[in-house]
Formats: sequence, C-alpha cells, structure tokens
Amino acid sequence: MRPIARLLMFLACVFAAPALAEPDPDDWPAILDEARGQTVYWNAWAGSTATNAFIRWAGDRVADRYGVRVEHVKLADTADAVSRVLAEKTAGRDDGGAVDLIWINGANFAAMKEAGLLFGPWVAALPNWPLVDVAGKPAVVSDFTVPTEGLESPWAMAQVVFYYDTARLPDPPRNMAALLDWAQAHPGRFTFPQPPDFLGTTFLKQALYGLVPDPVLLQRPVDAVDYAMVTAPLWQFLEDLTPNLWRKGRAYPQTGPRQIQLMADGEIDLAISFSPGEASTAISNGQLPDTVRTFVLDGGTIGNASFVAIPYNATAKAGAMVLANFLLSPEAQARAQDPAVLGYGTVLALDKLSPEDRARFDALDLGIATLTPEDLGPTLPEPHPSWMTRIEADWTARFGGAD
Amino acid sequence: MQPLRAAPALTLAVLLGPVLAGLAGTIAPALGYLPALGGEGVSLSPVRTLLDWPGLPRAVGLSVFTGAAATVLSLSVVILFVAGWQGTRVLNWLERMLAPLLSVPHAAAAFGLAFLIAPSGWIVRALSPWATGWDRPPDVLILQDPLGLSMIAGLVVKEVPFLLLMTLAALPQCQPAHRLTIARALGYGRVTGWMKTVFPAVYRQIRLPVYAVLAYSMSVVDLAIILGPTTPPPLTVQVVRWMSDPDLSLRFPAAAAAILQFALVLGAIGLWRLGEVFFGRLGRGWTESGARRSGDGAFRVAGLGLATGSASAVLAGLAGLAVWSVAGFWAFPDVLPDSMTLRAWARHGSSLAGPALDTLWIAGAATALALALTLACLEAEHRFGLVPGARSLWLLYLPLLIPQVAFLPGLQSFALVARVDMGRGAVVLGHLVFVLPYVFLSLLAPWRAWDTRYGVVAAALGARPGAVFLRVRLPMLLAPVLTAGAVGMAVSVGQYLPTLLIGGGRVQTLTTEAVALASGGDRRVIGVTALAQAGAALLGFAVALAVPRWLWRNRRGVQGA
Repeated sequence: MRPIARLLMFLACVFAAPALAEPDPDDWPAILDEARGQTVYWNAWAGSTATNAFIRWAGDRVADRYGVRVEHVKLADTADAVSRVLAEKTAGRDDGGAVDLIWINGANFAAMKEAGLLFGPWVAALPNWPLVDVAGKPAVVSDFTVPTEGLESPWAMAQVVFYYDTARLPDPPRNMAALLDWAQAHPGRFTFPQPPDFLGTTFLKQALYGLVPDPVLLQRPVDAVDYAMVTAPLWQFLEDLTPNLWRKGRAYPQTGPRQIQLMADGEIDLAISFSPGEASTAISNGQLPDTVRTFVLDGGTIGNASFVAIPYNATAKAGAMVLANFLLSPEAQARAQDPAVLGYGTVLALDKLSPEDRARFDALDLGIATLTPEDLGPTLPEPHPSWMTRIEADWTARFGGAD
Repeated sequence: MQPLRAAPALTLAVLLGPVLAGLAGTIAPALGYLPALGGEGVSLSPVRTLLDWPGLPRAVGLSVFTGAAATVLSLSVVILFVAGWQGTRVLNWLERMLAPLLSVPHAAAAFGLAFLIAPSGWIVRALSPWATGWDRPPDVLILQDPLGLSMIAGLVVKEVPFLLLMTLAALPQCQPAHRLTIARALGYGRVTGWMKTVFPAVYRQIRLPVYAVLAYSMSVVDLAIILGPTTPPPLTVQVVRWMSDPDLSLRFPAAAAAILQFALVLGAIGLWRLGEVFFGRLGRGWTESGARRSGDGAFRVAGLGLATGSASAVLAGLAGLAVWSVAGFWAFPDVLPDSMTLRAWARHGSSLAGPALDTLWIAGAATALALALTLACLEAEHRFGLVPGARSLWLLYLPLLIPQVAFLPGLQSFALVARVDMGRGAVVLGHLVFVLPYVFLSLLAPWRAWDTRYGVVAAALGARPGAVFLRVRLPMLLAPVLTAGAVGMAVSVGQYLPTLLIGGGRVQTLTTEAVALASGGDRRVIGVTALAQAGAALLGFAVALAVPRWLWRNRRGVQGA
C-alpha cells in the first residue's frame, strides 16, 4: 500500500473507532448484548442510608438479570461528578470517562446540558419509557423548566412537604403568612438549609409562590418581568422571618437531612423536605420519634422529578442505559415508593401497568408519616431556572454574606 | 552508590512536580483560561467576580483570624505543658496518649467535639434538666459562631498532639535535662528556666511544623464545614462551594480565591516570621534580665489543664460517636440512648470492608515509599556530607504550605492529561505528596541525633556503609522509623480530596465513604465511619509500638533508646 493510502486508512480507523464505540439507543437487543459484562459506575449522593440500600438492591438485580455490575460511587455532593466530567473534558478525555451514570438534579443538569457534557438522546428508546406518566407528570420531561430532550431519565417524583413533631406542634402553619406568625410567636423553632443548597433555595421559591399575586410570572425568565417588584414581598417576608429563625439566622443547617437530627434533638419543630416519605423512613430508622407527621401547604407545593443522566464520555453507556431502564420498571418503582425502603413517588402512570404490576403499588403501606397521593395535593411547577440563580445570589448578598 | 546520591533530587521531584503542575492548573482558570468552559483568553474577570463577592472581607478575616489564633493557642498549650512537665511521669503518660489522639481524623474529631459542646450536646445533656432546667436545647449559637471560636477549639485539640509529637522529637537534641539542671542550679524556676534555656533551641527545630500548622489551620476544609461559621464561611470553604456549584462559571472565581488563599498563607507565614524576630528580641531582654521565677506554679497548672483538657475533648467526642453508633432513638436531654442496637454497624460495617482494605493498601504503599525516600535522603546526606540548606527544607514543606484547594484541581487535570488517574497506584502517588513531608519531618530529628560513633566503631570492625546502615543504624532507630511511618499512615488515611480527585471516585477509602455518608448528617453512620477511620490510623501506631518491643524483647539497651 502506498504511504498516503495507509495514512488515510489509519485516519479512517481513528475517526471511525469512537463512532463504533457509541451504542445505538434504538437497537435495544444490541444494547443488552453490549451491556453484559460492563461495570457501571453510578455516581450518586450517598448521605442517606435508605438510598444507598436501594442502589445496592438495584445493582444486585441488574447484575443477576443482565450481567451488568453496578458500583455506587458514593458522593458527598453531586457536583463532584459534574466536576469530574468537566475536568475530563478540559483534559481532552472524550472517551473512557470515570462516570457512567449520575443521579442528577435540575441545576446540575442544566449546567451539563449547556456545556455539552451529556450523552443522548437515549431515554425514549428505553423499553419501560412508555409506562412513564408523561401527560400527568410534566416534570418527567422538563427539569426546572429546561426540556430534558431525552438526555436524562426520570426515576422518582419529589414534592415539597413539611414535617413536624405533633408532640410539640399540634397544629402547623399551612401557608407562608401563618408560618411567619408562628415563627414570630415561637422564635428559634424553624430553619431551612442554607442556600445555595438546593432545598434551601426551594424554600425561597416555595415562599415566593405563596407571596406573589400572580404565580404565572414565575414561569417566565426573570428578565421578562419586573423582578424587583415581584420579589419585594419575599424579601420583606425574609426580613421578618430571619431574626426568628433557629440561631436567629446566623447559622443554618447545610443540607436537608441535617434537619432530621435537629428535629430529633428538639432544636426545631418544623422542617422542609423534598421527599414525601423522608419522615416515615427516618422514623423506621430510629432517627425521628414516631410522633412526627407530614403536611403540605394550602395551594400546593413545588414538585419535580429525580433523574439519571449519562455523561458524553461515559465508558459503560449501554450498561448505564440498562440500569436506567431497570429503574423505570414497575418492580423498582414500587420498591422505591415503599416508605420502609425509600418513600419516593413513582414516575409511572399506574393505569398503563398490567394488573399484577399495579397490585405491587396497591399493596404498599405508605407509613404513618406519609401523605397519600391525594393528600399531597396539587404540585406546582418549578419556576424558570433564572429565578433560582437570581434569588440565590440575592439571598446570599442579603443574609448569607456579611452582616 | 550513584542512585543514593540522586535520592534528594528524586524526592524533591516527587513532591514538587505535582505541586507545581497543580498550581499551574489553578492559576490558569484564575486568569480566565479554561477552554472547556469557554475561557479562551486571559482576563481579570475572575478576580473581579471574587472582589465583588460581598462576603470576601469577612471570609478572608476569618481564615486569617482562626488560623492564627489556633496556631498561637496550640503552640502555647504545648510549650506551657512541656515547660512545666518535661521529664516527669505526667508527660510520659500524655505522650502515650499521643497515638490515639493523632489517629482521630480531623472530621471525626470535629463531629465528636460538635456533639460535646452543641446546645443539644453531651455536656448540656449531662446537666439537663436537673441543673439547667432545660427540657429543650437552648437556642444559642455555639457551633458555627461568626467568630469561628468553636472552629478554633476544634483545630487546637487536633494540632496540640501534632505539635507535641514534633516537640518531643526535637527535645533530645537540645539536651533539655542538662540545660534545665544548670538553670535550676542557678535558682530559676522550672517553667522560667525551661523557657529561658530550652525553648529557644526547641523552637528553632519546630519552626517549620509550626508554619505547617498555621497553613493547615488557615485552609482546612472538612473541620471548618462542621464547626466553622457559614454566613459567610472561611475562604477555603467558599472555594469548595464555588467549585461544586452547578453554575460552572463559578469555577473561575473559585480558582482566583484559591490563589488568594495561597497568598494569604504566604503573608501569614511572613508575618509570623516577623513576629518571631520581634518576640525573639523581647525574649532576649527577658532572659538577660535574670528574672528567676514568673508565676511558675500557675503556669504548670495551666499547662497541665489545657493539655489534658484538649486530649479529653477529643477522646470524649470519640466516645460520644461510639455511643451514637449503637444508639437506638436518642432524644434530648437523655444522657444515653433509649436502647442500644448494632443496626448501624450491621448496615455499614460490611460495606466498609472493601474500602478499609483499600485504605490500608494505599496508606501502606504511600508510607513505604515515603519512608524509603526519606531514609535514602537522610543516608545520602550522612554519607556524602550533603548539607541540606534551609531552602531545601522549605521545598519539602511546600505541599503542606499550599492550600490543597489551590493545587489539587490542577493536579487532577494534569493526571487526566497524562492518563495516570483512576487507579490505586495514582492515588498512592497523590497521597505521597502529603505523606512524605510528614514522614520526613517526624524522622529528621531523631535520625540526625544518632551518635555517629556507632558507625565509626562498626566501620572499624570492617562493616561497609551499607551494612552500617542496615545492621546498626536502622535497627537502633527502628522505633522512630516506625513512628514516622505511623504518622504517615494517619496522614494518608485522612486524605479526602486527593483520593476523590485523582481516583475519579472509583477508588473508595474509609475517608471518602465517611465524607459521603456524613453528608446526610446521621450521627449513627458518622459514628461508625469515624471509628473505622480512627481504627485504620491507629493500626500504624500499634505496629510502631509493638514491633520494636517484640523484636528487642531481650535487648534492654535498644529498648531504652
């Protein structure tokens, strides 16, 4: 062969190789074949015993059935996985990445999508995708109003709830004005995770929902509305609330789950959570007294979905898809909804399931502190992501930076 | 013996290569260059974003204040205690407590301390409600106080054992008993005499460890997250927050803040140096004044109280975590839980087995490498009469003086480009950067204090230099070598960021597990993982204690050495 031809052959191989390595999501049997024997490094926040146990269970099932090994990379913060992918991209490592699947939240998803760090679209090709309740739960296809476009697969529904100890607080406040009155009458008994913790920011957004005259405004980008006017009631509310918070707002719990310990120690009486089953699970773990109950605010609370996504340079993409598909199976979804296991809401449409599969859900005992789906009330959509960024920055400047 | 001659250079390369590569990888984004995020050119906008952050003055103030205060206090406690109790049984007793104190990781010590002093903590529980009348915890700000006082306390209780170890290692070279006897014969009190005759010699030797404590206290992350203020946090914590923010553009100001943090550490060390000169003059005047006794008794009591107090805080905190690890539901103000259960151990114990093995493997390998390099350097120095200047010692300290957040992310990029990441081997090399200085530091003084006449005698009997090293010097210095190794093990066990960044999350150690699990704030889980971590670190100290005793069980002379 002539040198030029050889060079061309070589280059063709070099450029063809990555294309061959990419699995084709639409050819599911090929995906299953390719996945067998792969190890999926699932990067997931590991601060909850319940989720860790669920991930181990899912990994065992997927290993038995599909020959896919799952390694839970235990993270203290999801952003560590995002950082890793970013560092790999910086270093030009466009294949063979360390992260195969990330349990991701809205803000990290938006950032990764924007920076082109995600593989896909692949979600619509999952065999279990048709069971997902796309019509009834729009949050499964739009994460913080950012369309998912098949780049991440939902696996659990979350909704803002509050939990409280009935032994100390028989009748909790059910809207933001009542919350403020109660906090002023009982200073030091309420707090929320410090923004930019996402649950803390969610509290601010939830408060905004309760204080703005027209919630529709929140669906638009902040630049499209009179931001100062819309948020004025929120800042007034926080000016009044903050001195009555736990530690007078000079310290905050750093994450949502930290509130569990504060509640158990009797430091606070009321806490916000994104997981309707969190209180029941904590009671069954011996972390909370069995007098704790859950409620939602009048007028509904913010709801969203938890997702998994595959980085653009993941090593075991096929295995990751097989795992994501398993997470959408009625078996995994029913188990996740069991409060003794996780207590997360399902993303499936129960009327699309076979009678046997539906029976799995009907058989669940939701636990003493968990609301039924009816009692959870209406879910409010997440505001446009620009609200989150702006409110976070303003909160930090007003309450989190300097006196 | 060419390879031996190259040992110092090799050691410096192992240390400095990663640090410099990492620094470069941080300076670039601090100046706006990070192509993956669209930063193609050089600009000052990251610096401007940093300067616009309203929390900056307080975050900087906190870093400097907490770091300086913790260093001054730790040093004072150690000096007061050693001055008052050198050569007594009390000191020997506390010296034996050093190993367990050093093996408690910073984060575990912080959690333990937090549980002791919090308004809902053990101390208040022990006094409530009978003495205080509280059936609910008082709403007072103890942890995360704006001045960082609880954070300073946490740093002091962890740094005192380290400085004490360094001081005790340095002492023999200063002939303290000799000096003290003369001083006392001249009518000086115990503490006054020690301060006037021994302290100047000791301080000269522990100066670099003190700088390391200063740098570490200014840039600690894990302990600061648990005990430090958050509105705003100290600067390093803010760097970590920006690094982990979903808004990727914050990586730029994060890098700028990391460089600022480095500059702060350098500035603080410079100021400390000036302080040394100033207080050195002052001290000289005091020494020459001939004052014989300055409140000796009170100082002795204070030194003992502070040293035992800080040791007890760590141990009581660890005991608190141990109780939590087996607690059923445990409400305020109960001093002990309603019920005890092994559930947390059953749940997490088994999943800790794999990480525990990896932890020991990595710590063992990094320590072995560090010991080999250190011994080679010291032997080269001895055999070729190399006189290491103060400058090379400074270089050795560089990894301890530069805040981890300032060069680890850069080092990660470097490892990625070189494709030497994600494996245990790479993590071992990453740990080596931090283990080596501590091992070197611990071994330096005892190694140099060895009486070379033994070597001369052995050579006269026909032993070659290699045999002198292997058959005379190493056995005689086995105890300090193993102690240095134990310090190295403890350092490696505690590493979080290097393991995570270089291992790509795929290498899981007890510490990465502990940090991940602790993010949920469940004290039972924190108790289990903290005890496992401390146990792994303690293993090295147990070996260091047991092996020489067993090996020299019938050689009393070496035992005493």
